[in-house]
Amino acid sequence: MHSSVTSLAAILGLGAVLLALPHALSFSQQEILVFLTINVLVVASYRLLTLTGEWSLGHVVIMGVGAYASALLSKRLGVYVPVSMLLGAVTAAMVALALSFPLFRMKGFYFLIGSFAAGEIIRLLWKRFRDPFGGPKGIKKIDPMPDFDIGIYAFDFFEPVSYYYLALAVVGVSLWIMWRIERSPVGLTFHAVHWQDRLAEASGVNVRAYRTLAFVLASGFAGLSGALLAHYIGTINPNSFDVEQMVFVLTWTIVGGTATFYGPILGCVVLTILNEIVLREAGFEQMRPLIYGLILILSVLFMPKGLESLVRGALSWQNARKKKVGETQATE
Amino acid sequence: MVELLAQTGLNALYAASYTALVAVGLVLIFGVMGVINFAHGELFMLGAYAIVAVYADWNLPYLVAVAVGMTFVGIVGLGMERAFFRPLRDNPLGGLVASIGFLMILQALVSMGFGVRMEHVPPVTQDVIVISEKVRLPVFRLAVILAAVVLLASLWAFLKRTRFGWALRASAQDPEAAALQGISINQTARIAMFIGAALAGVAGALTAPLISVNPHMGHSVIVTAFIVIIVGGIGSLEGAVIVAVAYAFVHTFVTTFFDGVIADIVGLLLLLVVLIVKPTGLFGSTDRA
Repeated sequence: MHSSVTSLAAILGLGAVLLALPHALSFSQQEILVFLTINVLVVASYRLLTLTGEWSLGHVVIMGVGAYASALLSKRLGVYVPVSMLLGAVTAAMVALALSFPLFRMKGFYFLIGSFAAGEIIRLLWKRFRDPFGGPKGIKKIDPMPDFDIGIYAFDFFEPVSYYYLALAVVGVSLWIMWRIERSPVGLTFHAVHWQDRLAEASGVNVRAYRTLAFVLASGFAGLSGALLAHYIGTINPNSFDVEQMVFVLTWTIVGGTATFYGPILGCVVLTILNEIVLREAGFEQMRPLIYGLILILSVLFMPKGLESLVRGALSWQNARKKKVGETQATE
Repeated sequence: MVELLAQTGLNALYAASYTALVAVGLVLIFGVMGVINFAHGELFMLGAYAIVAVYADWNLPYLVAVAVGMTFVGIVGLGMERAFFRPLRDNPLGGLVASIGFLMILQALVSMGFGVRMEHVPPVTQDVIVISEKVRLPVFRLAVILAAVVLLASLWAFLKRTRFGWALRASAQDPEAAALQGISINQTARIAMFIGAALAGVAGALTAPLISVNPHMGHSVIVTAFIVIIVGGIGSLEGAVIVAVAYAFVHTFVTTFFDGVIADIVGLLLLLVVLIVKPTGLFGSTDRA
């Protein structure tokens, strides 16, 4: 009872901070905050995919599928933008479902290479077919989110603050759904498929169906994040979703650690702050790939469980101390 | 038509030569160390930049520049082995991810050193062997093909005829048994990494005067190399050479009769089909996968 009250208070407090945050930032920092919010959804969905033990190199391209689908639906067919975003997510999930048939015949680094190849094929299709994908130059002038008024707040999407609130709501709901999925029997089965796939299979779990489910769900959320990105920046092209972007996602995820829900989010937030504050202020912005590459190697070498292992270490140390204090009080 | 086919065949033979060098290096590294080097395309890129620096900027003879490039990239390979492949030996996925990080570092360093724009390498020779009106073979392309054949033949001789070669093949087949026979795993890993990287470097150095040299040129190289080694069967050197030649012909002909992007798509589809139907590749043995 007590712990649920504190966690509720913590969530409300975090919510208040996140709502107030943009007002303490400059315009360009607000823009970065929007990207950060979208990237949080990308890494959280990537972790959902890795729950079953497979690492994909096509996740950013799947995100791009959502972006292209939503951009084209709104631009060509005049679909209302919020609806086209959801349809973008559905398209990404459907493409992932189609890809799962070849890809889940593979495991380990065969899956890794297979997902890389599948992603490259999709990017080459965008590049090759000027109609409808716009070729190497991509899609420009993507319809912005239409402004609307909910009574207490008027959304004006030329302001990053408004888009931030929209993204925060979408990402918040998505994270909550992913959290619920992981805590459900389905989520527990994902873990079983990862750590004990033979045992799970012997217990009657359809391992491949669960792998596919995790892949499709994760891709749907990735597609949603892509749609959010497309209607914010207004221009997308095949290079917006290339290997370099995938390396950023990999780095955030690995630096954060995949053992807990918050690990990759932590990695994304910490590295983005590091990037924007340290690198940009110091004028080293163009060294970002270099530093990300270095961080990726160092964390694989020296911190294989990620940043969250440091947090967990600190927590367990604190718990142990509390326990000790409790024990000494009891003996007194 | 016959002339077009002949000319395309010659172009394919040239593409096959450097593709085979890159793919064989990648297979050698995988065979001995059990890790896929994602930065292999960037080693090719480094070899090409060695030509830009030594041959184009410092005006040293082309062959000297090729030798410098080959050795330099081989040493970079040794550095990679020591820095992350060795500590991550029990974690092949970790090694792969670390090499992805290294790829970013190499691209960034070259961009900072040379700029992101395309580099122009002056032609080494402009002589052309005229076979007929429409079939021409530039002498330089012929030289690249011959160099690749010589390099691959000497690699084959090294692997089959020397003690180091035996040790290398032994540790590729069974690292533990090889170690029990007194073969140093670290040493064979170093040799494999040096040769594998140097082959990628020499491929980049040989082709630099004929292609656009830029910091992101490694991407298409690694995609091609992946297609070749997976279709050929990861770990099979002969398979890599045969498929490199076959793939270069398919790719060149599709490029000539359709376009380059379609050719890339065809290649990647081929890779996926092989991964689905026979993940061990056309020439791989089942137990190594």
